Amino acid sequence: MSTLGIPAPVRRWRDAVLPQSRALPAERSAPATLRVRSVTKTFHGAGGLVTALDDVSVEVQPGEFVCLVGPSGCGKSTLLNLIAGLDHPSQGQLMLGGQAIERPGADRVVMFQEPALFPWLNVRDNVAFGLTLSGMRRAQRYARAEQYLELVGLGQFGRAWVHELSGGMKGRVALARALVLDPRVLLMDEPFAALDAQTRDRLLLELQRIWLETGKTIVFVTHNVREAAVLANRVLVFSARPGRIKAEIHIDVPRPRELKSPEMLAAANRISAELESEVTISEEQEMATATARNFASHGLLWRL
Amino acid sequence: MVVALKRIAFYVGLVAIWQALYASGRWSPMLFPSPGDVWSALLDGFRQGTFPTAIKASLQRVVIGFIISFFLGVLMGTAMARWKSVQETLGSLVLGMQSLPSICWAPLALMWFGLQDTAILLVVVLGSTFSVTEATYAGFRNVPPLYRRAAMVMGATQMQLLRRVLIPAALPSIVTGLKLSWSFAWRSLMAGELIASLGGFGQLLQNFRETFDMPSVVAVMVVIVAIGLLVNAVVFRPLEKSIQRRWGITTDDRQSDYRKSRRPAASIQRQLDIAQ
Repeated sequence: MSTLGIPAPVRRWRDAVLPQSRALPAERSAPATLRVRSVTKTFHGAGGLVTALDDVSVEVQPGEFVCLVGPSGCGKSTLLNLIAGLDHPSQGQLMLGGQAIERPGADRVVMFQEPALFPWLNVRDNVAFGLTLSGMRRAQRYARAEQYLELVGLGQFGRAWVHELSGGMKGRVALARALVLDPRVLLMDEPFAALDAQTRDRLLLELQRIWLETGKTIVFVTHNVREAAVLANRVLVFSARPGRIKAEIHIDVPRPRELKSPEMLAAANRISAELESEVTISEEQEMATATARNFASHGLLWRL
Repeated sequence: MVVALKRIAFYVGLVAIWQALYASGRWSPMLFPSPGDVWSALLDGFRQGTFPTAIKASLQRVVIGFIISFFLGVLMGTAMARWKSVQETLGSLVLGMQSLPSICWAPLALMWFGLQDTAILLVVVLGSTFSVTEATYAGFRNVPPLYRRAAMVMGATQMQLLRRVLIPAALPSIVTGLKLSWSFAWRSLMAGELIASLGGFGQLLQNFRETFDMPSVVAVMVVIVAIGLLVNAVVFRPLEKSIQRRWGITTDDRQSDYRKSRRPAASIQRQLDIAQ
C-alpha cells in the first residue's frame, strides 16, 4: 500500500487512530518473510548519543524459529520493538511480506517478559482480547480462545481470574493470547526470564511442541544459551555497544529436542563460546572507556 | 465479628466517659448535654419529621453536586493525563484549589446566585471536583505502561486503548478517590447550609443554636456523621471491594487472604495437578 498522496496530517491522524492491520486473523496469516535492512537505532542517553543497533540486517523466513542472543544492552530488545512497530529506526527499513512496518499491528504480536495480562478480565477474555479488538463476534472468539487455551494446556481455566494463576500459568495464558491472533510473526522478549528454572524448562518444551504444531514464525530474544539451543533453528549472536550481529549459528539437531541431550549441550556450548568472547570483549571495552573517562574527569594534564 | 465487638466496646466506652463528664457537673447542662438528652432529641427530631425533611433536602443537594463534580472531575483528570500541557497548567490550579476550603466561595456564590440552591451547589461542586480530578489523573498515570504496549501490539486503536485498557486499569484508584471526594462533598454541603439558610442539616444546626437547644445540635451532628458513614458503607465500600476482589488486590486485615492471592487458589492448583 502506497502512502504517497495522502496528506501528512491525515496520515498522522490515521496512524493515531488505526492500527496497521485490523484484518481478521484468517485474512492476514498468509506466510510472509520478515526483512530487516541495514537498521540503525540511536538513542539520546545520559552521555550523549548511544547507538543501540548499528547497521543490522536480518531476514527471517516463514516458519523459522530465530533466537537473538547477546549480553544485556546489545540492542536485541530494541530490534524486537522495531519489528513490533513500537519504535522507529533511525536509519534503514523493516518489511513484513513486502509491506513496510510503521506501527504496531496484530500481525506482529509481542509476548513481553512479564505476562501483562489484564486483571479486570478473566482468563478467557484475556485470551480473546485481541479478537475483541478486531470485532469478532462473541461466540466465535470464545470458541477460538478455548481452542488456544487447550493448546497451552489450560483448557479448564477460562473462567479463572488472573490473580488466581501461578507465574507459569500466566505465561501460558500470555502465549495463548498472542497465538490466538494467528500473527505472521510472533515476537518473544525473554518471556520466561522471570520464571523459576523448573517452570521455565517445562514451558520451553511446551513452546517447542506448539511451534511444531502451528508452524509459526518466531523471533525470540533471550540471554540464556540453553533456551536458544533448544528452540532455535538459527541463533543470531549480538555484540554490544554498538549492537551488531557478530555470528550466526545454525542448529540442526532434529526435533523434538530434549533439554539435556549431548547434542543440545554441544549446541549450547557453541553459542556460549561466541557469546563469552563477546562478553569479555565488551568488559574490556568497558574498562578501557572507564579508564578514559577517569582520565578525562581528573585531567590528564595535572598528572604530567 | 471481632471487629464489630471491638467497635461496640469502643463506642460504649466513649458514651460512658461522656456521661461521666456530664455527671461531674463541671459544665452547665445547658452547654454540655448528656447522652440521654441527645438521644431523646434524636428521637424527637425523627418523630416530628424535622430530621427526615432535612435528610431529604441535604441528600438531594449532595447527590446533584456530587454527580456534577464527578463529570467535571473525570473530564479534567482525563485531560490532564492525556495532554502534558494541560497537566502543567490546569494541574497546578487544581492543586491550589484543593487547599482552598470550598466554603470560601460562599460569599461570592451568594452574591452571584442569591439565597438559592445554586449557591450551595456551587460550594459543593467546588469542594469535591478537584479531588475527583486528582483521583482520575492519578488513576490514569498509574496504569502500567506495559498494559498499553500489550494492547497496542494486539492492534488496539487509541479509542480501544482508552475504553478497554486505560479506563478499566484506572478504575480501582478512581473509585478509591471518589470515596474521598464524597466526604469532601458532604462536608462542603454542611458548611454551605450553615451559611445559606435554605433547609437541610446545616440550617438545622443554626436554628437549634438560636433556640439554645444543645441536645438537638449534638443530635444533628450525630446524624450527619451517621449519613456520611452509611453512604460510604452502602455505596463506596461495596464498589471498592468488588473491584479489588476482581483485581486480586486484598487490602483486608486478614493476611492469609493476601498470601493465597499470590499462589493459585487451592481448587485450581488441584485441577492443574490432575491436568498434567
